[in-house]
Parts: sequence; structure tokens; C-alpha cells
Amino acid sequence: MRVRGYLTLLAFVPLLLVGPSTQGRAVPLIADISSHLVGITTGFSGSDLLLFGAVEEPGDVVVVIKGPPADLAAYRKSQVLGVWMNTARQTFTAVPSFIAIASSAPLDEIAPPRIQQRHQFTLDALVPDLPAQRASPELAREWKESLVASMQSEGLYPTSHGQVTFLGDRLFRTKVTFPSNVPTGNYLAQIFYLQDGVMVSAQTSPLLVSRIGVEADIYHLAHVYPTSYGIASILLALFAGWLAHVAFRRS
Amino acid sequence: MQIYLPIAEISLDVFLLLGLGGIVGFLSGLFGVGGGFLMTPLLLFIGVPPPVAVATQANQVVASSVSGVLAHWKRGNVDFLMGLVLLAGGLLGSTIGVVIFGILKQLGQIDLVINLVYVVFLGTIGGLMFWESLRALLRRRRNPGQRRKLHQHGWIHGLPLKMRFRRSRLYISALLPLGVGFLVGVLAAIMGVGGGFVLVPAMIYILGMPTSVVIGTSLFQIIFVAANVTLLQASQNQTVDVVMALLLLTGSVIGAQFGSRLVSRIPADTLRILLAGMVLLVCGKLFFDLFSTPSALYHVEFLS
Repeated sequence: MRVRGYLTLLAFVPLLLVGPSTQGRAVPLIADISSHLVGITTGFSGSDLLLFGAVEEPGDVVVVIKGPPADLAAYRKSQVLGVWMNTARQTFTAVPSFIAIASSAPLDEIAPPRIQQRHQFTLDALVPDLPAQRASPELAREWKESLVASMQSEGLYPTSHGQVTFLGDRLFRTKVTFPSNVPTGNYLAQIFYLQDGVMVSAQTSPLLVSRIGVEADIYHLAHVYPTSYGIASILLALFAGWLAHVAFRRS
Repeated sequence: MQIYLPIAEISLDVFLLLGLGGIVGFLSGLFGVGGGFLMTPLLLFIGVPPPVAVATQANQVVASSVSGVLAHWKRGNVDFLMGLVLLAGGLLGSTIGVVIFGILKQLGQIDLVINLVYVVFLGTIGGLMFWESLRALLRRRRNPGQRRKLHQHGWIHGLPLKMRFRRSRLYISALLPLGVGFLVGVLAAIMGVGGGFVLVPAMIYILGMPTSVVIGTSLFQIIFVAANVTLLQASQNQTVDVVMALLLLTGSVIGAQFGSRLVSRIPADTLRILLAGMVLLVCGKLFFDLFSTPSALYHVEFLS
């Protein structure tokens, strides 16, 4: 996957060199991903994609990858008569199920907090707050921080920012890593181009994470013909049990 | 070697799954339990989502029980009539248990109730069993010639609907195994496991069946319970991961063969002590979990 990504990048180089003269007017930002499909096959154990592009003039680039929005329930435990139990629950709606962030320099050097918040460069900006009527501001903050921490421990939210590397002044690239437990669905890759803390241009690119091959067939069967799937699973188990018995009777 | 599991949506090591299946299958063949009490927490520990872990291990239990039952059957250690009566009670009990489970779930404290029920039941059963079999073992050491009376007569033997269970060498009221099956069914539905852990001691101490027959008969009954759970989970929640089940059951059918072979070589009271020890171990772990500070105060679940 990665090798193909580099090859694609190389293929773009001549185009970029002649780009401005042939296209007439220059595009401030152009970017693409080595593949728009992360295919989950039997051997899937995570995947790397290469996101690459070019900017018109030297500047900063921020890349944000967002997974499909999901509803999450968060629970808090506390001690009652010495026993630890779930004592509070909050639901978060439309939370990104996966987030990856990369930037060409520390975010605070690229953009003021206002821009970071408006264009959702940080985990804090990407994860929605609890509605005010459900928790006081301090409590809401605590819930949100614990949600982010839980997602980080699952490997679905980043604990540190990735690096966008510039090759010269205009070409940039970054590696996006998807863990093996990556949720399936429609993803968005957002690429922002800033100069001196001002947003110059932005581009959005779709990305699909999907099961392919046998994995997709099994998932399809389980969801479309659930009863037959269940019966087949039981028959398989009965057969395996019998087979082991026969095999051991011989020896 | 990693393999991606289509329903669990994670990748896991093939040999890890085969090994887990092997260990749990071995215990299943040896003690006549399904092994869900052990398999489910182990699967959760390696990162399988809870609904998929519960449903898939039921499918694996079907395979290891069949493997174990056939091995025990060959030695004449399965009482099919007793198994069917227990099963009839069990089906009735689990239907009511599912209703109770639904009520508890609505109250939002299902996890706590499950843990408390586990600790109380496993602690009581394990403790009594350990004490009884230890005494029996010591008695046998002291005067090996003397034999215990086969069973005592009490009010239980006055119940109507008497049936003859030839394999178990029992002539008792059918209401007794029916009632035991019912109670175990209720518990099994609430605790989300096959109930072998409660059923095996109940068959030994309440019904008075010989230990060797208990193991085979319990496994026979578990096949149906586990198959029913698999079918319900697959059709209602789509949480049975057949790829994971295939790996787990490959290990467990082989483990079950070894386990059921060992049964004939171990004296019955030693077997009961081992079972009691394991029940107490699981109970101790759950008890510890209730009171120890959790690693994370918050946890998050995807709502689908």
C-alpha cells in the first residue's frame, strides 16, 4: 500500500512542475490519498495510508481524519458500601468514532486558538460538548475528558499529533495509521493550508473503511440471513465435536 | 499469526484463540461444565466486545460439549433420560430468567447483580463442596474398607411422579430434576452462562447422582442450552462470530477429549475437590473485583 502511495506521488511530480503554466491559474492547495479504500481482509492488522499534496507558497498544513459519527454511552463508577458500581451514565451523540491529526508544526505555532476551535484541529473541538441542561460546565468537562481518555486507550483517538513533512517548500506528505480495531464506514480527510495563522485554503477528501472479500461475505450472511447463519454455526459446532471424537477413537 | 474477525471487528492471534479453546475444552470434558464462566472473561480480556464474546463462546460450548458427551457416552456415563428431564425444567426456567434479566437491565444495574449472584452462589457451592469432599477424602484415607450409605431417605422420596433413572441408579420423583433444571435455568439466563457450574454440584448433592455420570449428563444437557443461546444471539443480535468460533472450537473439541479421558483416572472425591477449588478461585476473583479500585473510573460503549 505504502509503496504504491510513493509511486502515485512520483507520478504527480511532473504535473506539479508544469502545473501553474498549463492550468493558467494556480490552485493554492492540492492533495490526495494513496488509496481511498481501506479494505479489511482476513489478514488485516491495521493499515497505513499516505496522504500527500502540494501548496502554492510556503505555509503550514494541518490534516484531520474523522471516522463516521457514532453515539456513545459513558459510565462512571463509584463506591457504594465498598462495592464499585456504575453510578452515572451520559450519552454523547455524533462523536467521531475515529480521529487522527497531523500538522507541519505544533498547532499553537500554526494558528491562534480561535482558528483551531473553529476548524476543529483539536480533540477538544472535534468532540461535541454535553448539552448544558444535562451537566454543569465542570462536570461536562470531566465527562468529555474521560470520554477522550477512553477512546485514546482504545487507540481510536491520537495521544500525540502526527507529523506533516515538507519536501522542499511546496510538496508535503504524512502517514495516516489505522489500527486493527478501526470502525468501518465513511471517513473524511480534511486538509487545511494556512499562512501566518490565516486559513488560505482547505480540501476535503472522502475515504472508505470497509470489509472486503470473505470478511464481507460472512458479515453480510450474519446480517441478512441471521437464522440460517445461526443454524449453520450450530451445525458446524456439532460436526467439529463429532469429528474430534472420531479422530480420537482411532488413536 | 493475526486473523481479522468479521463480527468482532478486531484482529487476534490464531494460536491464542486455539490455545484458549484447548484449555477451556479440557476443563469442560473434565468437570462437565460448559466453560463460559472462564471463556467470556478471557475473551473480554483480549479485547473482544462483550456481546460478541458471550454469543460466540456459546457456539464453541456446543462443539466442546458434543466432543465431551461422545467420549463419556462410550464409557456409559451419560443418563439421557435424566438429561432430558433436566432440560425440560431448564427451558422453562431460562424463559422466566430472560424476563427477569430484562427487568434488571432496565434498572441499569445488571452488571452488579450478575457479579453479586455469582459471588454468593459460587462461594456457597464451592465452600460446601470443598468441605464435603475433603471430609470424604479424609474418611477414605482413614478406613478405606467402609462405604458410605448410597443415599438417605427423606421427605424428598415421598414426592409423586416417581421415575427410574437406570444409569444414575436412582428411583426418584421426576419433579426433583425438573425443579433443579428450572432453578439452574433461571440462574443461567440471568448470569448469561450455561449453568454447568451450578448444575453439576446440584446433581451430585441434591439428586445424589454418581459423579462420573453427572459430568456426561451435564454436558448432554449443555449442548441444547448452548445451541439455543447461539441461535437466539445469531438471529436477534447478529453477534456470533463464526470465524472466532471455528478457531475456539477447534481447540476445545480436542481439549474436551483429553479432559474426558482423565475423568476415569481420577477418584470421584478428588475430582470434586478440584472442581470446588476452581469454583472458589473464580468466586474469589469476582469478590476481589467488586471491592478493588477499578483501573478506570470511566468506560465508554458504542451504541449501535
